[in-house]
Amino acid sequence: MRIARIDTKKKELNGDTQDLSLLDPIIALHKGKKGNLIPLLQGAQELYGFISKPAFEKLSRETGIPLSDMFGVATFYAQFRLNPVGKNIIKVCHGTACHVQNAVEITESLEEMLKIKDGETTEDRFFTLESVACLGCCSLAPVMMIGDQTYGKLSGNEAVRIIKNIRLADKN
Amino acid sequence: MVTTVTVGLGSCGIAAGANKTYDKINALKESDKLDFILKKTSCVGMCYREPLVEITDETGTYLYGEVDANRAVEVIEKHINQQDPIRDYIVYTDLFDAPENDFIGAQVKIVLRNCGYIDPESIEEYESREGYQAIKKIAGEKISREEVIDSILKSGLRGRGGGGFSTGLKWKFAYASKSTDKYVICNADEGDPGAFMDRSVLEGDPHSVLEGMIIAAYAIEATGGVIYCRAEYPLAIKRLNIAILQAKEKGYLGKNIFGIDGFNLDIYIKEGAGAFVCGEETALIASIEGERGMPRKRPPFPAASGLWKKPTNINNVETFANIPWIIMNGAEAYAQYGTENSKGTKVFALAGKVCHSGLVEVPMGMTIRDVIFKLGGGIKNDKKFKAVQLGGPSGGCIPEFLSDTIVDYDSVNATGAIMGSGGMVVMDETTCMVDVAKFFLDFTCKESCGKCTFCRLGTKRMLEILDRITNGQGKAGDLENLEELAYQIKDNSLCGLGQTAPNPVLTTIRYFRDEYEAHIMHKKCPAKVCRPLLTYTVDEEKCTGCMVCLKNCPVKAITGERKQVHFINQEICTQCGVCFAKCKFESILLS
Repeated sequence: MRIARIDTKKKELNGDTQDLSLLDPIIALHKGKKGNLIPLLQGAQELYGFISKPAFEKLSRETGIPLSDMFGVATFYAQFRLNPVGKNIIKVCHGTACHVQNAVEITESLEEMLKIKDGETTEDRFFTLESVACLGCCSLAPVMMIGDQTYGKLSGNEAVRIIKNIRLADKN
Repeated sequence: MVTTVTVGLGSCGIAAGANKTYDKINALKESDKLDFILKKTSCVGMCYREPLVEITDETGTYLYGEVDANRAVEVIEKHINQQDPIRDYIVYTDLFDAPENDFIGAQVKIVLRNCGYIDPESIEEYESREGYQAIKKIAGEKISREEVIDSILKSGLRGRGGGGFSTGLKWKFAYASKSTDKYVICNADEGDPGAFMDRSVLEGDPHSVLEGMIIAAYAIEATGGVIYCRAEYPLAIKRLNIAILQAKEKGYLGKNIFGIDGFNLDIYIKEGAGAFVCGEETALIASIEGERGMPRKRPPFPAASGLWKKPTNINNVETFANIPWIIMNGAEAYAQYGTENSKGTKVFALAGKVCHSGLVEVPMGMTIRDVIFKLGGGIKNDKKFKAVQLGGPSGGCIPEFLSDTIVDYDSVNATGAIMGSGGMVVMDETTCMVDVAKFFLDFTCKESCGKCTFCRLGTKRMLEILDRITNGQGKAGDLENLEELAYQIKDNSLCGLGQTAPNPVLTTIRYFRDEYEAHIMHKKCPAKVCRPLLTYTVDEEKCTGCMVCLKNCPVKAITGERKQVHFINQEICTQCGVCFAKCKFESILLS
């Protein structure tokens, strides 16, 4: 059930360091239009990477959409995040074609290497590991996507090597 | 004639490194001042041979496969500079026998007529291949709305999104609803795992979808159009945006378009936010309206009351891409392909354990065996073909012995699967059918919107039973419970998601009952997939005593000295599979 996405454990929805005035153009663009709730949330997420509590409150206050409606929509769709994410989001595909070609191994290898579980972010906020349904590159299964780059025909070791290289490239 | 070099830049091509190939060729062209036109196109369907480069010169057309940056240098040097095509790299040509000639030859391309032939970001190239001629024909010959609907009806086209409802009828109903505002929506929320037909069409030929929508809008008198596209398809969205902009510039969208008085139409893209259930038309409408994507009760059908409570016609990407062709070539030409109740062609996304994974378009009526073996090239690594999964999470598994089933709506339905949107995932002997059923149920369980109790809770209960079975805790009566739950979920759910969610479980129980029983009664997984049911041992002949497995074992179940055969203590082993994955000498045995 989609409601499982709501985190029952109390996590900080911290937005103290966010510049909320960045939201103003988005609010101006969508305010008063019908069907604007999803574009508002998408805009906020694009700015900050996730939607913080203060961001929710500002959007609600200025558009008049009840907070409960906003939270309902934000937790319904997989796209919206309520927690901060890492700089690089690793999306490991778990579509059918990838599943039958051992996508589980990719996720497990990365979990082991990054020392985080699926859905979590590393302590240095450099990587977030996610499982996604089909990326639509089934012919290259199993695949993962980091940023706009898709990596295909992976094995656990190959995936770990790619991640190591990204970290290395960042350090240099 | 000027030589052209075309690089395939679809998502799959780019993932395989086609951008590097393109850049390399471009750099060579610049530095050596070579005389050819360099072009971009999208997916040709031959995803397993990406990156693909096509060279057309006065002698003919040659398609090169697996052209990475290095091979690109070779191909340009030999073919362009020395006029000496490299036969070993050519995968398709009309001049001589090449490895993939059959792959192209057995297909009938209607939906994919332009994919891989034109630059998807150029409206001129689309127009040079009869693009926007269908709507111009309607405008020029003053073909009435009724006549357009009638020819779509006569063509026998049925919805390609999975439902299989007659497109002409759908249009007829929407046309019959009187209202000042009406909408036409393109459903591009391709959420089935294992399906990528719509993505390829949107990336490869976005204008054909737009033209299809414009014709539909004309036929039902729509005033607004929306394309609801998955956010996971950034390239498709980018190319659609370009296409819409170009169409607006040409005056193909806007006011009084194509000189038809009072025909006003604007189309915009609505990005989905990641919810499988939004592929269902009423949930999709709720999502466009900015709400949680929960299905509504039907009737009223969208044709009477849809988006913003106005009459709305929703068709899938592939359905729309068919429309211009039908108008140009006539309903009879379309209906000559296919079987009695399923006309035309169907695009399939072949994936899984098949040699040639990619996109194929075949006439309805071809057998599944032919699709997999003739076009798909058979099973990878000479393994045994076991089953094919059609229709994604709503579909089912068709076993090997039924693979002479023909591709048409009714024949596929008779097996318990559904045609679905066209994902065809091939499975071999190393695929566990219980695991596959669990995989799909896990998906539908997560994606259930939660509105109907049976779908929300029933799928969860079924998943728990399957979890137990694959963990070695299955018990007598599990299968009967699964079946009972399955029928209750089917009967008591509001939308297609719940009504079809149990299909993967039902078809696998029907055709692979022995595999379920092996899991439940004998605690064995015949395909060696379900780890808790496996025993890991060391092959004494192959073990070199390298100590890699020993070091990596998280529970220290492995003992042994350097250069001595290792031993796995079964009482400690948790069947995590790390030793199997890490061993470089294939000396860990599964049983």
